Amino acid sequence: MNKSHHLLMDDLVTRLRRGQLSRREFLARSSALLAAGAMSGLPGAVLAQEAAPKAGGFMRLGLHNASQNDNLDPGSWSTSWTGASFNGGVYNNLVEILPDGSVAGDLAESWEAEPGAKVWRFKLRPGVTFHNGKSLEVEDVRQSLEHHMKPDSTSGARAIVEQIETIDIEGSDTVRITLSEGNADLPYLLSDYHLSIYPALEGGGIDMESANGTGAFLLESFEPGIATRLKRNPNYHKNNKPYLDEVEFINITDATARLNALLTGEVDFIQDLDIRNVSMVERSGDFEVQRVPSLRHFTFDMDTRVAPFDNPDVRLALKHALDRDDVIEKVFLGEATKGNDNPVASIQKFHHDMPAREYSIAKAREHLAKAGLDQVNVDLSVAENAFAGAIEAATLYQRHAAEAGININIVQEAADGYWENVWRKKPFCAVDYFGRATVDWLFSTSYVTGAPWNSGWSNARFDELHQTARAETDEAKRAACYAEMQEILRDDGNVITVAFVSWRNAVSKRIGFGEVGGLMPLDNMRMCERWWIKD
Amino acid sequence: MNRTSHPILSMVASRVGLGLLSLLIVSLVIFFSVSLLPGSYASAILGQNATPEAVAALETRLGLDQPAIWRYLSWLAAAATGDLGQSFAGRPVMAVLGPRLLNTITLASITAVIAVPLAITLGVICARFRGRFIDRFLSTSTLASISLPEFFVAYLMMMIFAVKLQWFPSMAGIRNSMDLGEQLYRMVLPILTLLLVILAHMIRNTRAAILSVMSSPYVEMARLKGESEGRVVTRQALPNAIGPIASVVALNLAYLISGVVVIEVVFVYPGVGQAMIDAVRNRDVPVIQACALIFATAYIGFNLLADIVSIVSNPRLLHPR
Repeated sequence: MNKSHHLLMDDLVTRLRRGQLSRREFLARSSALLAAGAMSGLPGAVLAQEAAPKAGGFMRLGLHNASQNDNLDPGSWSTSWTGASFNGGVYNNLVEILPDGSVAGDLAESWEAEPGAKVWRFKLRPGVTFHNGKSLEVEDVRQSLEHHMKPDSTSGARAIVEQIETIDIEGSDTVRITLSEGNADLPYLLSDYHLSIYPALEGGGIDMESANGTGAFLLESFEPGIATRLKRNPNYHKNNKPYLDEVEFINITDATARLNALLTGEVDFIQDLDIRNVSMVERSGDFEVQRVPSLRHFTFDMDTRVAPFDNPDVRLALKHALDRDDVIEKVFLGEATKGNDNPVASIQKFHHDMPAREYSIAKAREHLAKAGLDQVNVDLSVAENAFAGAIEAATLYQRHAAEAGININIVQEAADGYWENVWRKKPFCAVDYFGRATVDWLFSTSYVTGAPWNSGWSNARFDELHQTARAETDEAKRAACYAEMQEILRDDGNVITVAFVSWRNAVSKRIGFGEVGGLMPLDNMRMCERWWIKD
Repeated sequence: MNRTSHPILSMVASRVGLGLLSLLIVSLVIFFSVSLLPGSYASAILGQNATPEAVAALETRLGLDQPAIWRYLSWLAAAATGDLGQSFAGRPVMAVLGPRLLNTITLASITAVIAVPLAITLGVICARFRGRFIDRFLSTSTLASISLPEFFVAYLMMMIFAVKLQWFPSMAGIRNSMDLGEQLYRMVLPILTLLLVILAHMIRNTRAAILSVMSSPYVEMARLKGESEGRVVTRQALPNAIGPIASVVALNLAYLISGVVVIEVVFVYPGVGQAMIDAVRNRDVPVIQACALIFATAYIGFNLLADIVSIVSNPRLLHPR
């Protein structure tokens, strides 16, 4: 049997255990699988999604986070709705992230960095036009980036553009970006969905009124908080793309209403399928569950300025005292992968593969003893929206840890305002992290000393490696730095990672797509130009 | 006496004055209870991009660093001139709420036009045939539908008519681009759900109001005069039961404007209730204020109307001793 058959077999076994399959069904299906494996052995045999894309058609998407405040100011965007419809539909960035996680040119044809990664030159792709026919010029790029750099900027990309010192124009097709310090990841950062390229206005600024982008689709209609409809751009700069004639994004807040809309054929795709509805979608013949491994992870964060979390041995004891397998089976119903006290996802470049953290009462006791304690009391703050299943996970953790002499008192906080009043304010709390496209970006937001989301953790060696790796352009040396940093985080860090989850969507079988990217939701926000309709 | 020469006018004037006072109090309560909510617009809207600098910059731009009382007074001054201000995202509040309000009013009016006459007729029938099969059937079924939560009725409708029979779409997400026919077709399920919810209440109250009048001596007198039972109910009892019926109708109409949030969410109907939820989630105070004002106006307005109707229908109330 090849790898995909193994996965299918594992899946059958899990479903049998959960009671979703009768023993008779299990035998029938598993023997069919074995027979198929013996006959074909072809690696792609179970992947139906390999047909060539087809042109034409209308795709309707049921997403859930549109707001009546949505608008065309790219700095104000904060949802996958605005990311996928505006950034991924109407506009482009200088670069895009391919499904495999590598970065490729989009409006920029090529780029190069001077040694030290402080000065970068991006050469624009020739012949790109905006929807109104105006051709793309270097000034458009400069104004679009500077839009986020104003001193009173409230842009979501502020943390990225703060590293930029100047943007200069060299000739008619090259933009030179000078950073305040070297950063080898700049191309990745420029793929951020806020950094869409808009047409510049005379006298500075960008045109945020007319929805005039370079993207694969024209904005046909936009009703904030309700729906957005896009129409194919016949002059798009990518061969054959987009495949679809029209796309409609429909806002459906309620998870049950979303599922109903899919099942009754009102939409072809729904975002964030509820775990409890997975089997319902799988049972129907017309739809499938799409699981895209992502950077998103659920954690219990410790404030290392507060006792007992200031003691690295107590932190290790807490890390050993959680039975992640149990939580994944009972709370996430198998729909998650095990965390390893490392916030870097396995799909991420520079992920360092370390032996899994196993549940061990003996080790937890050993570390407590090293800290000079035979038991410890901690308050763990959770709320239902800290992450899906946070309260249940904490309840299991309480039981797992009790045996090691760790007494966890679960504090149920109000869901409303959790992120303002509990996260980074209470010393031990559950957190839902969406991750960041690069390791450097992740570390600079949450783990280096003084990072905006750091809750007190500081490690001199970690900071030093972070500085070295950032300006290093030799991939092997960078990888070595990042590996050591991930080990430091696992053994000394302030975060207990419970699990990594996938973007879990449900999609009609009439929709075609290739490999789906997971660094950002919705195929790295590019679903409307990458997907097609099969019939 | 001048007061008695236009009793209805002076009564209406004083009621309207009281209504305005209630609106003022409502706006005060809403404004300050929103500021009691944890979290702020800036951190809600910036989400995982909320660095402390970005939050501070946004709060300054929106004037959230000003004292709350000052913000309230300037909002009130503008609202008094009909200007509901700008939402925090920079669009005028009326531009945000206008289309939503129109959708809500459309849904409410269609439902009301069907529900009110139907409920009163059925109520009268129940009272006329008290204790017979039709009365027992309607009393039991209305009791059952009152007892079910509205979202359950909604899901039930959806399961039967959208999933199983596939007669109607499960989503009532109407849009400007659709023609009237399609909009109406998409509104069938929410209307049906709302009918089930409000009919029950109105039928039961109409029946009760008529029956309480039916025990009065003058009804006995009418019967002794030999009038038919149907005529007694419609000509003698009903006119004197208008007061209580008008109040229950008013209550249900106000509910149709302000209380259908759950149904809007379930059927993805873009009404004003969804807009308010969205605004509360984002702490978009100007929009929340405007929604509260609209809802309060609906309640106060309909109740005022009911009062006027019942007073006009019963002259004794015009001249209280």
